[in-house]
Amino acid sequence: MTDFAGNQLIIEVIYLVASALFILSLKWLSSPTTARRGVRAGEIGMILAIAGTLLHHGIVDYKWIIIALVLGSGIGIPLGMVHMTAVPQRTALSHAFGALCVTLVGSAEFYLRSPNVPRFMMAVLSMEVILGSLTFTGSLMAAGKLQEILPQRPLTYKGQNLVNLSLLVISIGIAVYLVLYPGTKQLFPAMIVIPLIFGVLMIVPIGGADMPTVISLLNSYAGLSAAAMGFVLDSKLLIIAGALDGSSGLILSVIMSKAMNRSFTNVLFGAFGQVQASAAGATEEKPVHSATPDEASGILAAANRVVIVPGYGMAVAQAQHKVRELYDALTKRGVDVRFAIHPVAGRMPGHMNVLLAEADIPYDRLMEMDDINGDFPQTDVALVIGANDVTNPAARTDAGSPIYGMPILDVDKARTVMVIKRGMSPGFAGVDNPLYYMDKTLMLFGDAKSFVNSIVHELSGAH
Amino acid sequence: MGSNIIDALFIFMLAAFIGFEVIRRVSPLLHTPLMSLTNALDAIAVVGAIVLVGEHKSTFAAVLGVIAIIAATSNVVGGFLITDRMLKMFKSSRPEKPASAKI
Repeated sequence: MTDFAGNQLIIEVIYLVASALFILSLKWLSSPTTARRGVRAGEIGMILAIAGTLLHHGIVDYKWIIIALVLGSGIGIPLGMVHMTAVPQRTALSHAFGALCVTLVGSAEFYLRSPNVPRFMMAVLSMEVILGSLTFTGSLMAAGKLQEILPQRPLTYKGQNLVNLSLLVISIGIAVYLVLYPGTKQLFPAMIVIPLIFGVLMIVPIGGADMPTVISLLNSYAGLSAAAMGFVLDSKLLIIAGALDGSSGLILSVIMSKAMNRSFTNVLFGAFGQVQASAAGATEEKPVHSATPDEASGILAAANRVVIVPGYGMAVAQAQHKVRELYDALTKRGVDVRFAIHPVAGRMPGHMNVLLAEADIPYDRLMEMDDINGDFPQTDVALVIGANDVTNPAARTDAGSPIYGMPILDVDKARTVMVIKRGMSPGFAGVDNPLYYMDKTLMLFGDAKSFVNSIVHELSGAH
Repeated sequence: MGSNIIDALFIFMLAAFIGFEVIRRVSPLLHTPLMSLTNALDAIAVVGAIVLVGEHKSTFAAVLGVIAIIAATSNVVGGFLITDRMLKMFKSSRPEKPASAKI
Protein backbone atom coordinates (compact mmCIF):
# COMPACT_ATOMS: atom_id res chain seq x y z
CA MET A 1 0.00 0.00 0.00
CA THR A 2 2.81 2.39 0.87
CA ASP A 3 4.40 1.59 -2.47
CA PHE A 4 1.17 2.46 -4.26
CA ALA A 5 0.88 5.67 -2.34
CA GLY A 6 4.45 6.57 -3.24
CA ASN A 7 3.87 5.96 -6.92
CA GLN A 8 0.62 7.84 -6.78
CA LEU A 9 2.37 10.84 -5.29
CA ILE A 10 4.95 10.86 -8.07
CA ILE A 11 2.17 10.69 -10.67
CA GLU A 12 0.29 13.59 -9.05
CA VAL A 13 3.46 15.72 -8.96
CA ILE A 14 4.08 14.97 -12.62
CA TYR A 15 0.49 15.99 -13.43
CA LEU A 16 1.00 19.20 -11.45
CA VAL A 17 4.06 20.06 -13.54
CA ALA A 18 2.20 19.16 -16.73
CA SER A 19 -0.70 21.45 -15.77
CA ALA A 20 1.70 24.34 -15.20
CA LEU A 21 3.35 23.67 -18.55
CA PHE A 22 -0.06 23.69 -20.29
CA ILE A 23 -0.90 27.08 -18.83
CA LEU A 24 2.55 28.44 -19.77
CA SER A 25 2.08 26.99 -23.22
CA LEU A 26 -1.04 29.10 -23.80
CA LYS A 27 0.54 32.12 -22.14
CA TRP A 28 3.51 32.01 -24.51
CA LEU A 29 1.17 31.72 -27.46
CA SER A 30 0.11 35.34 -26.88
CA SER A 31 2.90 36.68 -29.09
CA PRO A 32 4.40 35.31 -32.32
CA THR A 33 7.90 35.74 -30.87
CA THR A 34 7.34 33.33 -27.97
CA ALA A 35 4.66 31.13 -29.52
CA ARG A 36 6.92 28.28 -30.58
CA ARG A 37 8.27 28.06 -27.06
CA GLY A 38 4.64 27.56 -26.07
CA VAL A 39 4.37 24.53 -28.33
CA ARG A 40 7.54 23.08 -26.76
CA ALA A 41 6.10 23.58 -23.27
CA GLY A 42 2.88 21.85 -24.29
CA GLU A 43 4.78 18.94 -25.80
CA ILE A 44 6.93 18.44 -22.70
CA GLY A 45 3.84 18.61 -20.50
CA MET A 46 2.10 16.03 -22.66
CA ILE A 47 5.04 13.62 -22.70
CA LEU A 48 5.43 13.94 -18.92
CA ALA A 49 1.73 13.31 -18.37
CA ILE A 50 1.64 10.23 -20.59
CA ALA A 51 4.85 8.82 -19.07
CA GLY A 52 3.54 9.49 -15.58
CA THR A 53 0.28 7.72 -16.35
CA LEU A 54 2.17 4.60 -17.38
CA LEU A 55 3.46 4.41 -13.77
CA HIS A 56 -0.13 3.97 -12.60
CA HIS A 57 -0.24 0.98 -10.25
CA GLY A 58 -3.40 -0.51 -11.72
CA ILE A 59 -1.92 -0.98 -15.17
CA VAL A 60 -1.33 -4.63 -15.94
CA ASP A 61 -1.43 -4.65 -19.72
CA TYR A 62 1.03 -2.48 -21.61
CA LYS A 63 0.87 -4.21 -24.97
CA TRP A 64 -2.37 -2.64 -26.19
CA ILE A 65 -1.46 0.76 -24.80
CA ILE A 66 1.73 0.77 -26.85
CA ILE A 67 -0.04 -0.53 -29.97
CA ALA A 68 -2.73 2.15 -29.68
CA LEU A 69 -0.19 4.92 -29.06
CA VAL A 70 1.76 3.87 -32.14
CA LEU A 71 -1.36 3.61 -34.31
CA GLY A 72 -2.57 7.00 -33.08
CA SER A 73 0.76 8.60 -33.88
CA GLY A 74 0.60 7.00 -37.33
CA ILE A 75 -2.71 8.73 -37.97
CA GLY A 76 -1.60 11.95 -36.31
CA ILE A 77 1.50 12.56 -38.44
CA PRO A 78 -0.33 12.87 -41.79
CA LEU A 79 -3.02 14.94 -40.05
CA GLY A 80 -0.29 17.27 -38.86
CA MET A 81 1.21 17.58 -42.33
CA VAL A 82 -1.90 18.70 -44.24
CA HIS A 83 -1.75 21.71 -46.53
CA MET A 84 -2.50 25.06 -44.89
CA THR A 85 -5.69 25.55 -46.89
CA ALA A 86 -7.01 22.32 -45.30
CA VAL A 87 -6.44 23.51 -41.73
CA PRO A 88 -10.13 24.31 -41.02
CA GLN A 89 -11.32 20.78 -41.89
CA ARG A 90 -8.36 19.24 -40.07
CA THR A 91 -9.29 21.23 -36.98
CA ALA A 92 -12.91 20.09 -37.21
CA LEU A 93 -11.73 16.50 -37.60
CA SER A 94 -9.52 16.75 -34.54
CA HIS A 95 -12.47 18.06 -32.50
CA ALA A 96 -14.31 14.94 -33.63
CA PHE A 97 -11.44 12.68 -32.52
CA GLY A 98 -11.17 14.40 -29.15
CA ALA A 99 -14.90 14.04 -28.61
CA LEU A 100 -14.77 10.38 -29.70
CA CYS A 101 -12.11 9.63 -27.09
CA VAL A 102 -14.11 11.32 -24.34
CA THR A 103 -17.37 9.57 -25.30
CA LEU A 104 -15.79 6.12 -25.44
CA VAL A 105 -14.05 6.49 -22.09
CA GLY A 106 -17.27 7.83 -20.56
CA SER A 107 -19.27 4.88 -21.89
CA ALA A 108 -16.73 2.35 -20.64
CA GLU A 109 -16.72 3.98 -17.21
CA PHE A 110 -20.50 3.81 -17.05
CA TYR A 111 -20.68 0.09 -17.85
CA LEU A 112 -17.86 -0.68 -15.42
CA ARG A 113 -19.49 1.20 -12.56
CA SER A 114 -23.25 0.83 -13.13
CA PRO A 115 -25.35 0.45 -11.01
CA ASN A 116 -23.04 1.90 -8.35
CA VAL A 117 -22.70 5.37 -9.81
CA PRO A 118 -22.99 8.26 -7.35
CA ARG A 119 -25.43 10.94 -8.48
CA PHE A 120 -22.92 13.72 -9.06
CA MET A 121 -20.70 11.37 -11.04
CA MET A 122 -23.64 10.20 -13.16
CA ALA A 123 -24.57 13.82 -13.85
CA VAL A 124 -21.10 14.78 -15.10
CA LEU A 125 -20.77 11.47 -16.92
CA SER A 126 -24.01 12.24 -18.76
CA MET A 127 -22.73 15.69 -19.63
CA GLU A 128 -19.50 14.10 -20.84
CA VAL A 129 -21.15 11.63 -23.23
CA ILE A 130 -23.90 14.00 -24.43
CA LEU A 131 -21.43 16.79 -25.27
CA GLY A 132 -18.94 14.26 -26.60
CA SER A 133 -21.42 12.54 -28.91
CA LEU A 134 -22.90 15.70 -30.37
CA THR A 135 -19.45 17.20 -30.85
CA PHE A 136 -18.30 14.02 -32.59
CA THR A 137 -20.95 13.97 -35.33
CA GLY A 138 -21.22 17.78 -35.43
CA SER A 139 -17.50 18.09 -36.07
CA LEU A 140 -17.52 15.33 -38.67
CA MET A 141 -20.33 17.17 -40.46
CA ALA A 142 -18.41 20.45 -40.25
CA ALA A 143 -15.28 18.76 -41.59
CA GLY A 144 -17.34 17.24 -44.43
CA LYS A 145 -18.77 20.62 -45.35
CA LEU A 146 -15.36 22.28 -45.23
CA GLN A 147 -13.79 19.53 -47.33
CA GLU A 148 -16.76 19.96 -49.68
CA ILE A 149 -17.69 16.29 -49.43
CA LEU A 150 -21.03 17.53 -48.14
CA PRO A 151 -22.98 20.41 -49.71
CA GLN A 152 -21.89 23.72 -48.19
CA ARG A 153 -25.30 25.22 -48.82
CA PRO A 154 -27.35 25.39 -45.61
CA LEU A 155 -30.33 23.02 -45.53
CA THR A 156 -33.33 24.32 -43.66
CA TYR A 157 -36.80 22.92 -43.14
CA LYS A 158 -39.85 23.91 -41.17
CA GLY A 159 -39.76 23.19 -37.46
CA GLN A 160 -36.01 22.58 -37.57
CA ASN A 161 -35.29 24.30 -34.30
CA LEU A 162 -38.17 22.46 -32.64
CA VAL A 163 -36.84 19.06 -33.76
CA ASN A 164 -33.33 19.90 -32.57
CA LEU A 165 -34.52 21.30 -29.29
CA SER A 166 -36.70 18.25 -28.58
CA LEU A 167 -33.78 15.90 -29.25
CA LEU A 168 -31.69 17.84 -26.78
CA VAL A 169 -34.46 17.88 -24.20
CA ILE A 170 -34.97 14.11 -24.58
CA SER A 171 -31.28 13.39 -24.05
CA ILE A 172 -31.22 15.61 -20.96
CA GLY A 173 -34.35 13.80 -19.75
CA ILE A 174 -32.58 10.45 -20.11
CA ALA A 175 -29.60 11.87 -18.25
CA VAL A 176 -31.83 12.95 -15.37
CA TYR A 177 -33.44 9.50 -15.26
CA LEU A 178 -30.03 7.84 -15.19
CA VAL A 179 -28.91 10.10 -12.36
CA LEU A 180 -31.92 8.88 -10.36
CA TYR A 181 -31.66 5.22 -11.49
CA PRO A 182 -28.05 4.56 -12.54
CA GLY A 183 -28.81 0.84 -12.91
CA THR A 184 -30.91 1.26 -16.10
CA LYS A 185 -28.13 0.20 -18.42
CA GLN A 186 -30.50 -0.26 -21.36
CA LEU A 187 -31.19 3.50 -21.46
CA PHE A 188 -27.55 4.45 -21.78
CA PRO A 189 -27.16 3.79 -25.55
CA ALA A 190 -30.05 6.20 -26.20
CA MET A 191 -28.13 8.92 -24.38
CA ILE A 192 -25.37 8.44 -26.97
CA VAL A 193 -27.41 7.87 -30.12
CA ILE A 194 -29.77 10.84 -29.70
CA PRO A 195 -26.96 13.39 -29.26
CA LEU A 196 -25.19 11.76 -32.23
CA ILE A 197 -28.27 12.53 -34.34
CA PHE A 198 -28.52 15.99 -32.80
CA GLY A 199 -24.91 16.68 -33.82
CA VAL A 200 -25.72 15.95 -37.46
CA LEU A 201 -28.93 18.00 -37.48
CA MET A 202 -27.22 20.89 -35.69
CA ILE A 203 -24.76 21.39 -38.58
CA VAL A 204 -27.21 20.75 -41.46
CA PRO A 205 -28.57 24.35 -41.52
CA ILE A 206 -25.13 25.94 -41.37
CA GLY A 207 -23.50 27.58 -44.37
CA GLY A 208 -19.82 28.02 -45.09
CA ALA A 209 -19.54 31.61 -43.87
CA ASP A 210 -20.81 30.64 -40.41
CA MET A 211 -18.09 28.03 -40.02
CA PRO A 212 -15.74 30.20 -37.89
CA THR A 213 -18.41 30.46 -35.20
CA VAL A 214 -19.36 26.80 -35.43
CA ILE A 215 -15.80 25.51 -35.22
CA SER A 216 -15.16 27.70 -32.17
CA LEU A 217 -18.33 26.45 -30.53
CA LEU A 218 -17.47 22.80 -31.20
CA ASN A 219 -14.01 23.50 -29.79
CA SER A 220 -15.64 24.75 -26.63
CA TYR A 221 -17.92 21.70 -26.40
CA ALA A 222 -14.95 19.36 -26.86
CA GLY A 223 -13.17 21.13 -24.01
CA LEU A 224 -16.16 21.03 -21.69
CA SER A 225 -16.72 17.33 -22.34
CA ALA A 226 -13.06 16.66 -21.50
CA ALA A 227 -13.42 18.65 -18.28
CA ALA A 228 -16.52 16.60 -17.43
CA MET A 229 -14.43 13.47 -17.99
CA GLY A 230 -11.93 14.92 -15.53
CA PHE A 231 -14.70 15.11 -12.93
CA VAL A 232 -15.69 11.49 -13.58
CA LEU A 233 -12.13 10.19 -13.32
CA ASP A 234 -11.24 12.64 -10.56
CA SER A 235 -8.31 13.83 -12.68
CA LYS A 236 -7.28 17.41 -11.90
CA LEU A 237 -5.04 17.54 -14.95
CA LEU A 238 -7.93 16.70 -17.23
CA ILE A 239 -10.21 19.23 -15.53
CA ILE A 240 -7.60 21.94 -16.08
CA ALA A 241 -6.90 21.03 -19.71
CA GLY A 242 -10.62 20.81 -20.43
CA ALA A 243 -11.34 24.14 -18.75
CA LEU A 244 -8.56 25.81 -20.76
CA ASP A 245 -9.84 24.38 -24.03
CA GLY A 246 -13.45 25.16 -23.12
CA SER A 247 -12.72 28.77 -22.28
CA SER A 248 -10.60 29.18 -25.39
CA GLY A 249 -13.45 27.93 -27.58
CA LEU A 250 -15.91 30.13 -25.73
CA ILE A 251 -13.80 33.27 -26.17
CA LEU A 252 -13.37 32.57 -29.88
CA SER A 253 -17.11 31.92 -30.28
CA VAL A 254 -17.92 35.24 -28.62
CA ILE A 255 -15.41 37.09 -30.83
CA MET A 256 -16.79 35.42 -33.95
CA SER A 257 -20.43 36.04 -33.10
CA LYS A 258 -19.68 39.69 -32.30
CA ALA A 259 -17.92 40.03 -35.64
CA MET A 260 -21.05 38.73 -37.37
CA ASN A 261 -23.36 40.80 -35.20
CA ARG A 262 -25.14 37.76 -33.80
CA SER A 263 -26.04 37.53 -30.17
CA PHE A 264 -24.31 34.72 -28.37
CA THR A 265 -27.60 33.01 -27.45
CA ASN A 266 -28.54 33.13 -31.12
CA VAL A 267 -25.35 31.18 -31.84
CA LEU A 268 -25.80 28.77 -28.92
CA PHE A 269 -29.21 27.71 -30.09
CA GLY A 270 -27.94 26.94 -33.52
CA ALA A 271 -29.82 29.64 -35.36
CA PHE A 272 -27.00 29.98 -37.85
CA GLY A 273 -27.42 30.74 -41.48
CA GLN A 274 -30.80 32.35 -41.15
CA VAL A 275 -29.60 35.58 -42.76
CA GLN A 276 -29.68 34.46 -46.34
CA ALA A 277 -33.48 34.25 -46.35
CA SER A 278 -33.96 37.86 -47.39
CA ALA A 279 -32.36 37.95 -50.81
CA ALA A 280 -31.93 41.12 -52.79
CA GLY A 281 -35.35 42.33 -53.93
CA ALA A 282 -34.48 45.10 -56.34
CA THR A 283 -31.87 43.91 -58.78
CA GLU A 284 -32.08 46.56 -61.46
CA GLU A 285 -29.00 46.98 -63.58
CA LYS A 286 -26.83 49.62 -62.02
CA PRO A 287 -23.73 50.84 -63.80
CA VAL A 288 -20.35 49.77 -62.46
CA HIS A 289 -16.90 50.88 -63.48
CA SER A 290 -14.57 48.11 -64.44
CA ALA A 291 -10.86 48.18 -65.16
CA THR A 292 -8.19 46.07 -66.84
CA PRO A 293 -5.06 44.72 -65.10
CA ASP A 294 -3.09 47.38 -66.97
CA GLU A 295 -5.20 50.24 -65.54
CA ALA A 296 -5.25 48.68 -62.09
CA SER A 297 -1.47 48.33 -61.96
CA GLY A 298 -1.06 51.94 -63.06
CA ILE A 299 -3.21 53.17 -60.17
CA LEU A 300 -1.50 50.85 -57.67
CA ALA A 301 1.96 51.96 -58.80
CA ALA A 302 1.02 55.61 -58.33
CA ALA A 303 -0.34 55.05 -54.81
CA ASN A 304 1.48 55.75 -51.57
CA ARG A 305 -0.66 53.62 -49.29
CA VAL A 306 -2.42 50.43 -50.29
CA VAL A 307 -4.55 48.21 -48.08
CA ILE A 308 -5.37 44.71 -49.32
CA VAL A 309 -8.55 43.13 -47.96
CA PRO A 310 -8.42 39.32 -48.37
CA GLY A 311 -11.45 37.08 -47.97
CA TYR A 312 -12.38 33.47 -48.41
CA GLY A 313 -12.38 33.97 -52.19
CA MET A 314 -8.62 34.45 -52.03
CA ALA A 315 -8.26 31.11 -50.26
CA VAL A 316 -10.51 29.35 -52.77
CA ALA A 317 -8.53 30.74 -55.68
CA GLN A 318 -5.26 29.82 -53.89
CA ALA A 319 -4.15 33.35 -54.70
CA GLN A 320 -2.11 34.04 -51.54
CA HIS A 321 1.26 33.41 -53.19
CA LYS A 322 0.40 35.71 -56.09
CA VAL A 323 -0.74 38.29 -53.55
CA ARG A 324 2.66 38.05 -51.98
CA GLU A 325 4.29 38.75 -55.35
CA LEU A 326 2.05 41.81 -55.63
CA TYR A 327 3.09 42.85 -52.13
CA ASP A 328 6.76 42.48 -53.08
CA ALA A 329 6.38 44.38 -56.36
CA LEU A 330 4.58 47.28 -54.70
CA THR A 331 6.88 47.38 -51.68
CA LYS A 332 9.86 47.55 -54.01
CA ARG A 333 8.36 50.69 -55.54
CA GLY A 334 8.08 52.27 -52.13
CA VAL A 335 4.35 51.71 -51.73
CA ASP A 336 3.22 51.05 -48.16
CA VAL A 337 1.17 47.84 -48.34
CA ARG A 338 -0.83 46.46 -45.46
CA PHE A 339 -3.52 43.81 -45.07
CA ALA A 340 -6.85 44.35 -43.33
CA ILE A 341 -8.16 41.15 -41.72
CA HIS A 342 -11.78 40.91 -40.67
CA PRO A 343 -12.26 38.52 -37.71
CA VAL A 344 -14.58 36.23 -39.68
CA ALA A 345 -12.67 36.31 -42.97
CA GLY A 346 -12.15 32.70 -44.04
CA ARG A 347 -13.49 29.51 -42.60
CA MET A 348 -12.04 29.53 -39.08
CA PRO A 349 -10.68 32.12 -36.64
CA GLY A 350 -7.34 33.44 -37.87
CA HIS A 351 -7.57 31.56 -41.18
CA MET A 352 -6.39 34.48 -43.37
CA ASN A 353 -3.39 35.17 -41.15
CA VAL A 354 -2.15 31.62 -41.53
CA LEU A 355 -2.57 31.63 -45.31
CA LEU A 356 -0.78 34.97 -45.67
CA ALA A 357 1.97 33.91 -43.28
CA GLU A 358 2.39 30.76 -45.35
CA ALA A 359 2.92 32.99 -48.37
CA ASP A 360 5.75 34.69 -46.40
CA ILE A 361 3.98 37.98 -45.81
CA PRO A 362 5.40 39.45 -42.58
CA TYR A 363 2.86 39.29 -39.78
CA ASP A 364 3.36 42.93 -38.75
CA ARG A 365 1.73 43.86 -42.10
CA LEU A 366 -1.47 42.04 -41.11
CA MET A 367 -3.81 44.45 -39.35
CA GLU A 368 -6.88 43.74 -37.28
CA MET A 369 -10.12 45.46 -38.18
CA ASP A 370 -10.15 47.93 -35.29
CA ASP A 371 -6.54 48.92 -35.87
CA ILE A 372 -6.86 49.68 -39.55
CA ASN A 373 -10.38 51.08 -39.94
CA GLY A 374 -9.24 54.57 -38.91
CA ASP A 375 -6.58 54.51 -41.65
CA PHE A 376 -8.85 53.95 -44.65
CA PRO A 377 -9.50 57.69 -45.28
CA GLN A 378 -5.73 58.14 -45.75
CA THR A 379 -5.49 55.07 -47.95
CA ASP A 380 -5.01 55.62 -51.67
CA VAL A 381 -6.17 52.21 -52.82
CA ALA A 382 -8.14 49.55 -51.00
CA LEU A 383 -7.84 46.30 -52.96
CA VAL A 384 -10.52 43.77 -52.05
CA ILE A 385 -9.68 40.18 -53.01
CA GLY A 386 -12.42 37.63 -52.54
CA ALA A 387 -14.18 39.40 -49.67
CA ASN A 388 -17.71 40.73 -49.93
CA ASP A 389 -20.05 41.04 -46.96
CA VAL A 390 -17.29 42.20 -44.59
CA THR A 391 -16.81 45.29 -46.80
CA ASN A 392 -20.49 46.08 -47.36
CA PRO A 393 -21.23 49.67 -46.26
CA ALA A 394 -24.94 48.76 -46.01
CA ALA A 395 -24.04 47.15 -42.68
CA ARG A 396 -23.37 50.69 -41.43
CA THR A 397 -26.05 52.70 -43.20
CA ASP A 398 -29.04 50.57 -44.24
CA ALA A 399 -31.14 49.57 -41.25
CA GLY A 400 -33.20 47.30 -43.49
CA SER A 401 -30.23 45.22 -44.59
CA PRO A 402 -29.89 41.70 -43.14
CA ILE A 403 -26.29 42.42 -42.23
CA TYR A 404 -27.07 45.80 -40.65
CA GLY A 405 -24.98 46.35 -37.53
CA MET A 406 -22.26 43.89 -38.48
CA PRO A 407 -18.84 45.49 -37.96
CA ILE A 408 -17.18 45.95 -41.34
CA LEU A 409 -13.91 47.10 -42.83
CA ASP A 410 -14.47 50.72 -43.92
CA VAL A 411 -13.11 50.09 -47.39
CA ASP A 412 -15.50 52.64 -48.90
CA LYS A 413 -13.62 55.45 -47.16
CA ALA A 414 -10.45 54.82 -49.16
CA ARG A 415 -9.73 57.21 -52.07
CA THR A 416 -9.99 54.43 -54.65
CA VAL A 417 -11.49 50.99 -54.16
CA MET A 418 -10.68 48.02 -56.36
CA VAL A 419 -12.60 44.78 -56.09
CA ILE A 420 -11.42 41.55 -57.68
CA LYS A 421 -14.50 39.43 -58.25
CA ARG A 422 -15.65 36.76 -60.67
CA GLY A 423 -18.97 38.44 -61.43
CA MET A 424 -21.67 40.55 -59.88
CA SER A 425 -23.25 37.73 -57.82
CA PRO A 426 -24.06 38.72 -54.24
CA GLY A 427 -22.11 37.32 -51.31
CA PHE A 428 -23.00 34.66 -48.79
CA ALA A 429 -25.67 36.76 -47.11
CA GLY A 430 -27.39 37.29 -50.46
CA VAL A 431 -27.12 41.03 -49.99
CA ASP A 432 -26.24 43.46 -52.74
CA ASN A 433 -23.10 45.44 -51.99
CA PRO A 434 -23.46 49.22 -52.65
CA LEU A 435 -19.67 49.46 -52.55
CA TYR A 436 -19.55 48.13 -56.12
CA TYR A 437 -21.63 50.99 -57.53
CA MET A 438 -19.63 53.84 -56.00
CA ASP A 439 -17.92 56.24 -58.38
CA LYS A 440 -14.52 55.56 -56.89
CA THR A 441 -14.89 51.80 -57.14
CA LEU A 442 -13.28 49.86 -59.94
CA MET A 443 -14.44 46.30 -60.50
CA LEU A 444 -11.71 43.94 -61.62
CA PHE A 445 -13.61 41.00 -63.08
CA GLY A 446 -11.81 37.67 -63.15
CA ASP A 447 -10.25 34.89 -61.15
CA ALA A 448 -8.35 36.29 -58.17
CA LYS A 449 -5.17 34.35 -58.87
CA SER A 450 -4.87 35.15 -62.57
CA PHE A 451 -5.95 38.76 -62.12
CA VAL A 452 -3.36 39.42 -59.43
CA ASN A 453 -0.83 37.66 -61.62
CA SER A 454 -1.62 40.00 -64.53
CA ILE A 455 -1.23 43.03 -62.26
CA VAL A 456 2.14 41.75 -61.04
CA HIS A 457 3.14 41.16 -64.64
CA GLU A 458 2.23 44.72 -65.63
CA LEU A 459 4.05 46.14 -62.62
CA SER A 460 7.28 44.32 -63.36
CA GLY A 461 7.09 44.57 -67.14
CA ALA A 462 6.20 48.23 -67.53
CA HIS A 463 9.42 49.57 -66.09
CA MET B 1 -16.26 11.88 -2.23
CA GLY B 2 -18.07 15.01 -1.06
CA SER B 3 -14.97 17.11 -0.57
CA ASN B 4 -13.49 15.72 -3.78
CA ILE B 5 -16.38 17.14 -5.78
CA ILE B 6 -15.95 20.55 -4.22
CA ASP B 7 -12.18 20.42 -4.77
CA ALA B 8 -12.75 19.50 -8.39
CA LEU B 9 -15.23 22.36 -8.86
CA PHE B 10 -12.76 24.82 -7.37
CA ILE B 11 -10.05 23.59 -9.73
CA PHE B 12 -12.42 23.88 -12.69
CA MET B 13 -13.42 27.41 -11.75
CA LEU B 14 -9.84 28.59 -11.25
CA ALA B 15 -8.64 26.94 -14.44
CA ALA B 16 -11.50 28.49 -16.40
CA PHE B 17 -10.58 31.96 -15.09
CA ILE B 18 -6.91 31.42 -15.91
CA GLY B 19 -7.98 30.22 -19.35
CA PHE B 20 -10.05 33.34 -19.98
CA GLU B 21 -7.31 35.70 -18.82
CA VAL B 22 -4.51 33.95 -20.71
CA ILE B 23 -6.42 33.37 -23.92
CA ARG B 24 -7.89 36.87 -24.03
CA ARG B 25 -4.33 38.06 -24.55
CA VAL B 26 -3.68 35.84 -27.55
CA SER B 27 -3.46 38.02 -30.65
CA PRO B 28 -6.17 37.36 -33.28
CA LEU B 29 -3.20 36.84 -35.59
CA LEU B 30 -2.67 33.47 -33.89
CA HIS B 31 -6.24 32.29 -33.42
CA THR B 32 -5.82 29.33 -35.76
CA PRO B 33 -2.68 28.01 -34.01
CA LEU B 34 -4.44 28.70 -30.69
CA MET B 35 -7.25 26.38 -31.68
CA SER B 36 -4.96 23.60 -32.85
CA LEU B 37 -2.79 23.93 -29.72
CA THR B 38 -5.69 23.82 -27.27
CA ASN B 39 -6.96 20.85 -29.22
CA ALA B 40 -3.67 19.03 -28.74
CA LEU B 41 -3.63 19.89 -25.01
CA ASP B 42 -7.23 18.74 -24.70
CA ALA B 43 -6.14 15.34 -25.98
CA ILE B 44 -4.63 14.80 -22.52
CA ALA B 45 -7.85 12.79 -22.20
CA VAL B 46 -5.56 10.05 -23.48
CA VAL B 47 -4.42 9.48 -19.88
CA GLY B 48 -7.93 8.36 -18.95
CA ALA B 49 -7.99 5.98 -21.88
CA ILE B 50 -4.54 4.60 -21.01
CA VAL B 51 -5.66 3.71 -17.48
CA LEU B 52 -8.82 2.14 -18.91
CA VAL B 53 -6.85 -0.11 -21.28
CA GLY B 54 -4.11 -0.86 -18.76
CA GLU B 55 -6.45 -1.94 -15.98
CA HIS B 56 -8.27 -4.24 -18.39
CA LYS B 57 -11.34 -4.61 -16.19
CA SER B 58 -13.42 -5.90 -19.10
CA THR B 59 -12.73 -6.62 -22.75
CA PHE B 60 -15.48 -4.18 -23.77
CA ALA B 61 -13.87 -1.37 -21.77
CA ALA B 62 -10.43 -2.24 -23.12
CA VAL B 63 -11.64 -2.16 -26.74
CA LEU B 64 -13.29 1.23 -26.28
CA GLY B 65 -10.12 2.37 -24.54
CA VAL B 66 -7.85 1.30 -27.40
CA ILE B 67 -9.96 3.26 -29.91
CA ALA B 68 -9.95 6.22 -27.51
CA ILE B 69 -6.14 6.14 -27.20
CA ILE B 70 -5.78 6.04 -30.99
CA ALA B 71 -8.15 8.99 -31.45
CA ALA B 72 -6.52 11.10 -28.73
CA THR B 73 -2.94 10.28 -29.71
CA SER B 74 -3.62 11.33 -33.29
CA ASN B 75 -4.74 14.69 -31.86
CA VAL B 76 -1.65 15.00 -29.70
CA VAL B 77 0.78 14.26 -32.51
CA GLY B 78 -1.14 16.00 -35.29
CA GLY B 79 -2.05 19.00 -33.14
CA PHE B 80 1.45 19.82 -31.96
CA LEU B 81 2.89 19.14 -35.40
CA ILE B 82 0.56 21.47 -37.30
CA THR B 83 0.71 24.18 -34.64
CA ASP B 84 4.48 24.27 -34.89
CA ARG B 85 4.36 24.26 -38.69
CA MET B 86 1.98 27.22 -38.65
CA LEU B 87 3.96 29.19 -36.10
CA LYS B 88 7.18 28.63 -38.04
CA MET B 89 5.62 30.57 -40.93
CA PHE B 90 4.89 33.72 -38.96
CA LYS B 91 7.79 36.04 -39.69
CA SER B 92 8.28 39.69 -38.94
CA SER B 93 9.47 42.21 -41.53
CA ARG B 94 11.85 43.54 -38.89
CA PRO B 95 14.51 40.82 -38.78
CA GLU B 96 15.17 39.74 -35.17
CA LYS B 97 18.23 37.66 -35.95
CA PRO B 98 20.40 38.82 -38.85
CA ALA B 99 21.31 35.18 -39.51
CA SER B 100 17.77 34.26 -40.52
CA ALA B 101 17.32 37.25 -42.85
CA LYS B 102 17.21 36.04 -46.42
CA ILE B 103 17.05 39.33 -48.31
